[in-house]
Amino acid sequence: MTTPQSLLRIHNLEKRFELDRGFLETLKLKGGKLVQEKREVHAVNNISLEVAPGEALCVVGESGCGKSTVARLIAGLLTPSAGEIHYDGERIDNRSRRALMPLRKKMQMIFQNPYASLNPRMTIQQALEEPVRYHNPGLSKGEVRDKVAEVMRSVGVDPSWAGRYPHEFSGGQRQRIAIARALTVDPEFIIADEPISALDVSIQAQVLNLMLEAKDERGLTYLFITHDLSVVQHFGTKVAVLYLGSVCELSDTATLFENPKHPYTRALLSAVPQLKDDHPNHIRLRGEIPTPINLPQGCPFESRCAHANSRCQSEKPRPQLHPDGALVACHAVEEGRLDG
Amino acid sequence: MSLLSVRDLSVKFAMRDNTVTALNQISFDLCKGERLGIVGESGAGKSITGFALMNLLSRPGYIDGGKIQFLGDDITQMPEAKMRNIRGNEMAMIFQDPMVTLNPVLTIGQQMVETLMAHRKLSKAEAEQIAIVKLREVYIPSPEERLDQYPHELSGGMRQRIIIAIALLLDPQLIIADEPTTALDVTIQADIMELLLELCESNKVGLILITHDLGVVSQMTERTLVMYAGRIIESGRTREIINDPQHPYTQGLINALPQQTKPGQRLKQIPGNMPSLTAIPPGCPFSPRCEYAQDRCLTEAPKPVQYTHVEVACHEVNRLHSDKAEEMN
Repeated sequence: MTTPQSLLRIHNLEKRFELDRGFLETLKLKGGKLVQEKREVHAVNNISLEVAPGEALCVVGESGCGKSTVARLIAGLLTPSAGEIHYDGERIDNRSRRALMPLRKKMQMIFQNPYASLNPRMTIQQALEEPVRYHNPGLSKGEVRDKVAEVMRSVGVDPSWAGRYPHEFSGGQRQRIAIARALTVDPEFIIADEPISALDVSIQAQVLNLMLEAKDERGLTYLFITHDLSVVQHFGTKVAVLYLGSVCELSDTATLFENPKHPYTRALLSAVPQLKDDHPNHIRLRGEIPTPINLPQGCPFESRCAHANSRCQSEKPRPQLHPDGALVACHAVEEGRLDG
Repeated sequence: MSLLSVRDLSVKFAMRDNTVTALNQISFDLCKGERLGIVGESGAGKSITGFALMNLLSRPGYIDGGKIQFLGDDITQMPEAKMRNIRGNEMAMIFQDPMVTLNPVLTIGQQMVETLMAHRKLSKAEAEQIAIVKLREVYIPSPEERLDQYPHELSGGMRQRIIIAIALLLDPQLIIADEPTTALDVTIQADIMELLLELCESNKVGLILITHDLGVVSQMTERTLVMYAGRIIESGRTREIINDPQHPYTQGLINALPQQTKPGQRLKQIPGNMPSLTAIPPGCPFSPRCEYAQDRCLTEAPKPVQYTHVEVACHEVNRLHSDKAEEMN
């Protein structure tokens, strides 16, 4: 399935976090005997994704499904336990920090909480100048200042406020500044991890509009992490639905919303409170998300799925390609048990 | 019959150099068993309203005027001892974060029994029996075992169910739920909301649901108050407010939702920010962000008036309406 034109390609990516570090923590008392056991959190399991230039791939899922871990792995903030990440045809997951530097200019990240992602002791000018200087050492002071002013204008923050500190701005303005900081180095790929979920509704619209504008004007490619499906429908060109570190369904946004196939996608869509729907038809899920420490042997969604059978319990479903382009990992869909 | 009647309630906070008005003369009623939604963005005064109703405001906040009639008595004038009796017994509150509301060093059973024994003359065994019944009502699996567990042993959704069970322990007449599902995932949120709705309906409990999510309000409540900068700017039946909002702010809030615009198109955003409480503009607080604002809006605060089916605090609502009619033609 390798298409040469994809900008980002993730292949069988895995990330496990060790819970028991050091020898003493691995010792456990079991049935009166001392045994050595290492527990691991399986945050990301065998995920493969591709993002073509100009696309906006949204990764959705509930807390603990591994969506932020995927973002951090791609940005090089975490090292994968297995699998490969290719950017623009080159493998990037095994690079040293120094070798990643030129890549950081192309790939920038926007975080959820603008209160935490801006240094409180730096003025906005300093915060925005830093990446420009770092990545373009040849620029003169005046050129750096011009670049910062241009980017500030483009995100709708008055350049005359550059001498102020982050606490003097509102949450929405801070997130604009965080976006500006990502845009100062003219990146081509932006990883946004829940960029609007800390903001109020009227401010969310402002920031989302800004990100759409930046996409059109600068030809940006996005990886957008969110739990909010209405944002996905608006912003994304493609959607990956994650559950317990695995991709359940991957398809074009329009296809996913018109014809969701995986039982989890259907439940997720039905759970969003609708504005004008008098008779919500909510698919109730049994139980809650299992812990990612001991992964189920079969389908990760099996414990909460109304269509699960013995095959789902024992065998992990593989992603199957459907005629409309959707990739779905579900035995019930594959066997046609769902709509029958 | 009216369960709760709030008239011209004002809440202020005494700061070092000045006093800020957090609630500005709000009035509303709630009937027995009715479900009311309070929506608005952060800083609108929604949570302060909840705290004022429970008489839980602590310094520097204080009630500056107005009345809160609950079951015939004015809460603002009530001695603390009597108020304590009402809290839990007659009205209960559910907060956003269940991990903060539950005491981490007490078991679920201890916390439930404590609440029951503080209000009723019961033996510990009797209290435990009631606790088990209530846990079963909120669909907690194997409730007997849960009594001995600590909050950290349970998931977020389970904890919020326990909070609801505790709120219902003494069969109150009114539950005030302040963003009860904001910290939870969508599938769990849908479960908890369904449960809350079911319990309120079957026990005829009044509900005040404080939230920023218009979708939640639309599915849960019969009537809605929209708040902005400490004032109620629109109130009426939820269905009518959602389908045909009259105040420019309510319209803006609904239009700003991504599902109101075609995918990929620019969202209709409201310019600017909610004013901070220390700098509420004179006149209509929404006027600096309002495209319909006239000179009068900048100087004179609008009073809520009945307009078609809702109550709106806006000088320009007539003009707004005729504009909309023109658009339709």
